[in-house]
Amino acid sequence: MNDETPLLSVTGASHRYGERYGCRDVSFDLWPGEVLAVVGESGSGKSTLLGMLAQRLALDEGRIRYRTARQHGAGADGAAEELLDLSTLSEREVRRLWRTDWGFVHQNAADGLRMHVSAGGNVGEPLMANGWRHFGQIRAEAEEWLRRVEIPTDRMDDAPTLFSGGMRQRVQVARNLVFGPRLVFMDEPTSGLDVSVQARLLDLIRSLVSELGLAVVIVTHDLAVARLISHRTLVMKDGFVIESGLTDRVLDDPQAAYTQLLVSSILQG
Amino acid sequence: MTHNAPNALPDNTILSVQNVDKTFTLHLQDAQRLPVLHGMTFDVPRGACVVLGGESGAGKSTVMKMVFGSYGADSGRILLGHQGSVLDLVTAAPRQVLAARRETVGYVSQFLRAVPRVPALDVVAEPLLARGVDRASARERASELLARLSIPERLWKLPPATFSGGEQQRVNIARGFIFERPLLLLDEPTASLDARNRGVVIDLIRESLGHGTGMLAIFHDADVREAVADLTVDVQSFTPVRDEVFA
Amino acid sequence: MSGPRIVYNEGYLDEQTKRVVRRALLKGVAIPGFQVPFASREVPMPRGWGTGGVQVTASIIGPDDTLKVIDQGADDTTNAVSIRAFFEKVAGAASTTRTDEATIIQTRHRIPETPLTDNQIMVYQVPIPEPLRFLEPRETETRRLHALEEYGLMYVKLYEDIARYGHIAKTYDYPVLVNNRYVMAPSPIPSFDNPKMHQSPALQLFGAGREKRIYAIPPYTDVESLGFDDYPFEPQRFEQPCEICESTEVYLDEVLIDDQGGVMFVCSDTDHCERTLTARELDQSNTDQSNTDQSSTDPITDHITDPLTEVNA
Repeated sequence: MNDETPLLSVTGASHRYGERYGCRDVSFDLWPGEVLAVVGESGSGKSTLLGMLAQRLALDEGRIRYRTARQHGAGADGAAEELLDLSTLSEREVRRLWRTDWGFVHQNAADGLRMHVSAGGNVGEPLMANGWRHFGQIRAEAEEWLRRVEIPTDRMDDAPTLFSGGMRQRVQVARNLVFGPRLVFMDEPTSGLDVSVQARLLDLIRSLVSELGLAVVIVTHDLAVARLISHRTLVMKDGFVIESGLTDRVLDDPQAAYTQLLVSSILQG
Repeated sequence: MTHNAPNALPDNTILSVQNVDKTFTLHLQDAQRLPVLHGMTFDVPRGACVVLGGESGAGKSTVMKMVFGSYGADSGRILLGHQGSVLDLVTAAPRQVLAARRETVGYVSQFLRAVPRVPALDVVAEPLLARGVDRASARERASELLARLSIPERLWKLPPATFSGGEQQRVNIARGFIFERPLLLLDEPTASLDARNRGVVIDLIRESLGHGTGMLAIFHDADVREAVADLTVDVQSFTPVRDEVFA
Repeated sequence: MSGPRIVYNEGYLDEQTKRVVRRALLKGVAIPGFQVPFASREVPMPRGWGTGGVQVTASIIGPDDTLKVIDQGADDTTNAVSIRAFFEKVAGAASTTRTDEATIIQTRHRIPETPLTDNQIMVYQVPIPEPLRFLEPRETETRRLHALEEYGLMYVKLYEDIARYGHIAKTYDYPVLVNNRYVMAPSPIPSFDNPKMHQSPALQLFGAGREKRIYAIPPYTDVESLGFDDYPFEPQRFEQPCEICESTEVYLDEVLIDDQGGVMFVCSDTDHCERTLTARELDQSNTDQSNTDQSSTDPITDHITDPLTEVNA
């Protein structure tokens, strides 16, 4: 395995809702440190794509491969990393990946947090799930991560129910990053927040992602979000990827008629 | 366009633009086709400053953006000397373009597109951080440049969005010069600067040229252009609709 | 005895049901700490009053058995007395209040102070068998967490206690790891009793009637109470001895003795308390023959002053 091997490789991925395709024939590779934005309007298939990547929706066609080492079975001992088809992994292995390698930042914090567990407990949980058994260390690490996402430490024992929308999202980000994942999925993490709060969260995500060298797939309907934090962009329409490439090229020199329409609809700020 | 020659660059050349065509198709205006460049060809030698000339609207910025990768090219080759080999930016994969931006090509655009909330010091330091330089040394280098460009120290901790046009431009310049990349693109970097700061920019450009950086630039100020230009490429001579005028 | 005599099957439950329960018990013994679903039946008491324990007892009891039933540590509460009488009637079993004489001990809140032996069976009445319940309400998800041994969630609960109170505040139904594999709810026994489950010579069976789950700890199995490295499990401790029998190292109940809020601390295990006291008094009467006139009938009522007497005085 070398740097040329992507972290995530998607080929011909499709998901059907009955007769209709929600998302069809999507292919892309993602490398460590890359942020990929998936843009499009509601119904374009971007959420279906994310659902498939996160294994919440069935992969009806195509395959999704992830760079990891086999944990069980033949040749598991000291196995080198290779691109493994997710459909060949056991549930235990997939859940291990969710615990150790992957994160998911939900649009609605209540879907990604335990709303009645303290912020510290929420951020500490992935550590405990991975076998940390020293309270002092768990607390110190949770505190450090809350500090990094700019939650005052005197709020760490408060439950997210007592937090503003922006704070909840930041706790969610901390919870997702505390164990050092390699790949994070984000589903409209900033929509539903006030503009100033949005900017703060985006800036935070952007700097953490570059500091940690994370690979990110972020779904957004907001081209400004895509421009601010992504390196590459996929534009989706009617379930298909109709344009893809460097984010600034997609936005500054769009080729597809639909992308030109999307870009021309942005409010200039 | 056929690739009859291998992708090779002479030793002393950092960038070679060969036979590049560019047409914009405006789908929202009845798919109107707008040819901008035809057969665009020029080289940027290492340590030389190539200035793009031509009237406003001739396509100078389009050339810049194609070299930086934010515009695509329809045909032709844009060869860049990148980390010991040659990269054709026309066909390069996005992540190759990103790697080239990180290591080889710097871009000082006309306007600063900064992230909200990030202090000026970090905006300037960012290209170094992206290459893995530690924060303290990156900030130190950024401070030197900001000081040299007369940005008052009280502004360093503030996000540049609130700065004046001239201040923003100097932040942008500092960011472009934070480390010496083999190729630097300058898109009217001195447009809103006073004479004193224009002088600083001229010095920065000369220092970089002296260290072997190749530059591709658009200057509106004649004095800056005269001070640093080694070669001028007339973009208008590659503008399809005016072919006959300059034939 | 008057009226028509109703004949019940031995142990009240029909043979088929007992087989179902025994099969679940065997599976539980084979996978220590794993919750085995079973078809919980009706028994003549409301769910939530020990129907799980009663079904387990009904499936293992026979005429040769001697049954002890503990409710809040006591043998003489209504529920304990009723259940004892029930099995005397339907299984022809003997009953006792003495721990050392019992072959089956059904309990909800306590493990006796008297050490158990390898010919005894503990039957616990369990209200909520799922230790992860209050953190993860979905049963499908908690079963998956058990299957994959993902117990981070359990520690979140302990973390929250320490963050909030400075120590693990849970003092009953304190979660344990059984045989180094399954996290288990030990029913609402005080954490004081948790160490008694570890390597116990007795077979321990758990029945949750309302929740339809059975689980077990075979004899001599490791049972570890969860904790953090720097905040390990600590069973409750009592500073003073029992005010009746003077036992130390036992679980004490706080008993109100007057209208002024006066309290005394006495053994929760009434059998242990009585026998310790008897032994002590026997001891004393042996050494001091003259002091025998003041034999008390009830150790607690002796301490309670009669408010009427006080007023009249």
